[in-house]
Amino acid sequence: MNALGSLVLVSALAGLGFAGGQVAGLRPLFGMIIPYAAFLTFLLGVSYRILVWMRSPVPFRIPTTCGQQKSLPWITPSRLENPSSTLGVIGRMALEIGLFRSLFRNTRAELREGPRLAYGEAGLLWLGALLFHWSFLFIVLRHLRFFLEPVPGVVNALAGLDNFFQIGAPSLYVTDVLLAGALGYLLLRRLVNPQVRYISLFADYFALFLLLGIAVSGILMRYVVRIDTVAAKHLALGLVTFSPVVPEEVGPLFFVHLFLLSVLAAYFPFSKLMHMGGAFLSPTRNLANNSRMKRHVNPWNYGVPVHTYEEWEDEFRDKIKAAGLPLEKE
Amino acid sequence: MSDRGLIVGGLVLFLGLVTLPVWYNVAAGRTAKPPELTLPTQAKSCVAPVEYMRASHMDLLMTWRDDVVRQGERTFVGLDGKTYAKSLTGTCMACHVNRAEFCDRCHDYAAVTPTCWECHLESRQVQRTAR
Amino acid sequence: MAEEAPKPEELAQIDYRPPGRDWREPAVELRKGTFCYSAAPKHLEYLGLPNPRPWQPFEADWKLPADWKQTILQGMKERLDRFRSFRLFMDICVRCGACADKCHFYIGSGDPKNMPVLRAELMRSVYRRYFTAAGRLLGPLAGGRELTPDVVKEWFYYFYQCTECRRCSVFCPFGIDTAEVTMMGRELLNLVGCNINWILEPVANSYRTGNHLGIQPHAFKDSLDFAVDELAEMTGIRVEAPINRKGAEILYVIPSAETFGTPHYYTLLGSLLLFHAIGLDYTFSAYASEGGNFGLFTSHEMMKRLNAKIYAEARRLGVKWILGGECGHMWRVVHQYMDTMNGPADFLEEPVSPITATRFEHARSTKMVHICEFTADLIRHQKLRLDPARNDHWTATFHDSCNPARSMGLIEEPRFILRSVCSRFHEMPENTIKERTFCCGSGSGLGTDENFEMRMRGGFPRANAVRHVRDKFGVNLVACVCAIDKATLPPLLEYWVPGMNVAGVHELVGNALVVEGEKERTTDLRGESLKPKEERAHE
Repeated sequence: MNALGSLVLVSALAGLGFAGGQVAGLRPLFGMIIPYAAFLTFLLGVSYRILVWMRSPVPFRIPTTCGQQKSLPWITPSRLENPSSTLGVIGRMALEIGLFRSLFRNTRAELREGPRLAYGEAGLLWLGALLFHWSFLFIVLRHLRFFLEPVPGVVNALAGLDNFFQIGAPSLYVTDVLLAGALGYLLLRRLVNPQVRYISLFADYFALFLLLGIAVSGILMRYVVRIDTVAAKHLALGLVTFSPVVPEEVGPLFFVHLFLLSVLAAYFPFSKLMHMGGAFLSPTRNLANNSRMKRHVNPWNYGVPVHTYEEWEDEFRDKIKAAGLPLEKE
Repeated sequence: MSDRGLIVGGLVLFLGLVTLPVWYNVAAGRTAKPPELTLPTQAKSCVAPVEYMRASHMDLLMTWRDDVVRQGERTFVGLDGKTYAKSLTGTCMACHVNRAEFCDRCHDYAAVTPTCWECHLESRQVQRTAR
Repeated sequence: MAEEAPKPEELAQIDYRPPGRDWREPAVELRKGTFCYSAAPKHLEYLGLPNPRPWQPFEADWKLPADWKQTILQGMKERLDRFRSFRLFMDICVRCGACADKCHFYIGSGDPKNMPVLRAELMRSVYRRYFTAAGRLLGPLAGGRELTPDVVKEWFYYFYQCTECRRCSVFCPFGIDTAEVTMMGRELLNLVGCNINWILEPVANSYRTGNHLGIQPHAFKDSLDFAVDELAEMTGIRVEAPINRKGAEILYVIPSAETFGTPHYYTLLGSLLLFHAIGLDYTFSAYASEGGNFGLFTSHEMMKRLNAKIYAEARRLGVKWILGGECGHMWRVVHQYMDTMNGPADFLEEPVSPITATRFEHARSTKMVHICEFTADLIRHQKLRLDPARNDHWTATFHDSCNPARSMGLIEEPRFILRSVCSRFHEMPENTIKERTFCCGSGSGLGTDENFEMRMRGGFPRANAVRHVRDKFGVNLVACVCAIDKATLPPLLEYWVPGMNVAGVHELVGNALVVEGEKERTTDLRGESLKPKEERAHE
């Protein structure tokens, strides 16, 4: 139901984008106003969410330690899995952000006859997630060719790397295949695995279908239904130089792509996609495990009622005395 | 909070990166102007309609290449009924004589690096000069 | 209670297929054996906690205060503002499901709401409904859920069905820690008086007398005196067990269970013997006679209230630094909370071993050292005479306790000690130890008999790994450094892997330790023959 609903919604949005590209009177709305509004929402929304997170302090030092602590000098500490220094934390975070270290640990528990529990490899989720995210980043960077003039060599180099195999013209980007494949896998996994299907919300499918919609429309434009690339760049460049135009040559398929992207940008700050920023802020990962070496200060550390020694001694004075234990006051 | 500077710094860096195109084009003094092409003077029409050529000329060229190299079919009948030789240098560049002022303008603009000229010569003129 | 529980074969019929109904409809079946009973009102009154009243979870009316909903939502807001962890973990989960089969309660029960992701979603759905724009506007479509008394019941059931072991947070790509969510959930439940007796009675006792069982000073002394007598009988050596002695160099804080429970008690014997052998200048405290801190399972505030005694007593007694015994969650509190909450401990000195002169630089701020760190250092510097053959009747494995493993990283120290004091030591499978260790299933204050079935379910993965090394290596002893483990692993293993024993690391140290002036030992600290078990069996 959630899956179907979000598929319908994304299809409707795609249809809306298509219509926006067809109807002459709507083209400025879909080609200029909505993209601007969406991008502005993205910038403000992301900033707002980050600032809200920042406003809540980290009162306690609560890293999840995944290896040996730094204690005695002859015991080798696990510098990346249980860092005690800033450098170690940077390393740990780099592994988390860049390689999804924690997800790499994924295993699958299985109950067998006996009863016996067995733990199997389950690296596919890690692979799918990693391929999706890196491909997405690569594709975003490649798209800079539409937004920068002259196109810097780095962007060309990225594209050159991406079409390494030089299949067809325009040549096939490896990341396009990987992105579509990884998204397909992530979607399929959500639909097929009963546990994951059970926990999946409307928003989970919506994000996947939205990304798939953007990917598919982009792939269609490059490989199947060709569009006037120069016109597309004209529009993109117009947006970022604040001299927006909607060239006539830009077709409705491009509008589908652009509109779905606008929806993604506007939706991003208010969704789970904010994990992009949140991953950097997770206190179980980005703190050094040095809480016994260095005092961590809690800004709201208020006083609490305690049962003082004096109260305790007063209550049990006779018994303490009878047991022959020392007293503060006789 | 000691991490506020770090978070704000990170956020500013992120915002700077995602708005990079704005700053870059401002710095380069760009407007959205598309490239201007030097169009052929003598010919009035191309082998296919302009819209098709703009979006899909690479398809046509790839088909031509395969036809010529693999099937030995060298004649193309255009939409206007005329026949053309399936040849980049002989047909296309007979009209679009200047690669730099026609092909490259768009290819550079869109950051496309076709491999055509790794084998093909730019025009008959160049060919003759080379001899 | 144990007799009424289903048999292991029945319990192991676990159905992992999720039910047809949407998880967002709150539904809890409070079946006997799967939940804990309510806290007695007198404990709430003594501690000044809200809404003391007689009630039970299985009753229809939980007698929530009139403004319960407002109280919870207000409490949520305050905590969202105070804890970045809470706010972040409410926001960034992508429901990838990597945590699902990492939770021992999910593995043992198949109940989808025991997947860490859904346990947190029980809270997140309410968060989205009341604290996000989309949720306020779109409600269920944005994953929001109304806060109703049924949701409170569901929270109670599932947040007291999480042992705050943090295993899920090891696997989460964003480090989302269900323990944080559970802690917040329990704080909120405490605001409306929904708490369990197995936690609040120890809390109240600890607050009043200094320890969980409410042992008063004279009884505490009796227990230690009894231990001293027993040791004298077994070893011929009369050790000192000083209490509240001013001017001692070190304050030794233990989980109080060591003074009355078995097998904890043998750990106490082992450490008493060790301190005697090295001539340590230390003292126990009857006021701070509990290292364990069930406040951790109640609220941050309660944790601080109980923990305050340790530094206060160290200051009063004028010790230089503090040594802490074998206890799991106590070390979570000591390592990650104590200095922040009740520090700075500037009246203490940086811990230095009086025997080896090793500076425990890693504890230079908190000034509290784990006994395994202390003993490992002694062994490394060859300050102990050890006869591992005295542990030859044991083939040991080591169960990492959740908190020392995942909230501290105490991994090699106990292993180094074990390898030094026993000749037969085998690890359980890599996936079930160290940072990936499985909980005993009874941590975080859930180790009560009324919760027996759920404990057996939660402990199933741990027991399963123990059975693996029993079958493979003939392991007959599970060593650990946690008082809750020592209390709850024996019934767990008796249920799933009969015939297994549980011991503290320092019990085995005490067995192997050759002390000057001791008589020939014929028994271990349990009073059992030193001959290997199999030899005795085959005789």
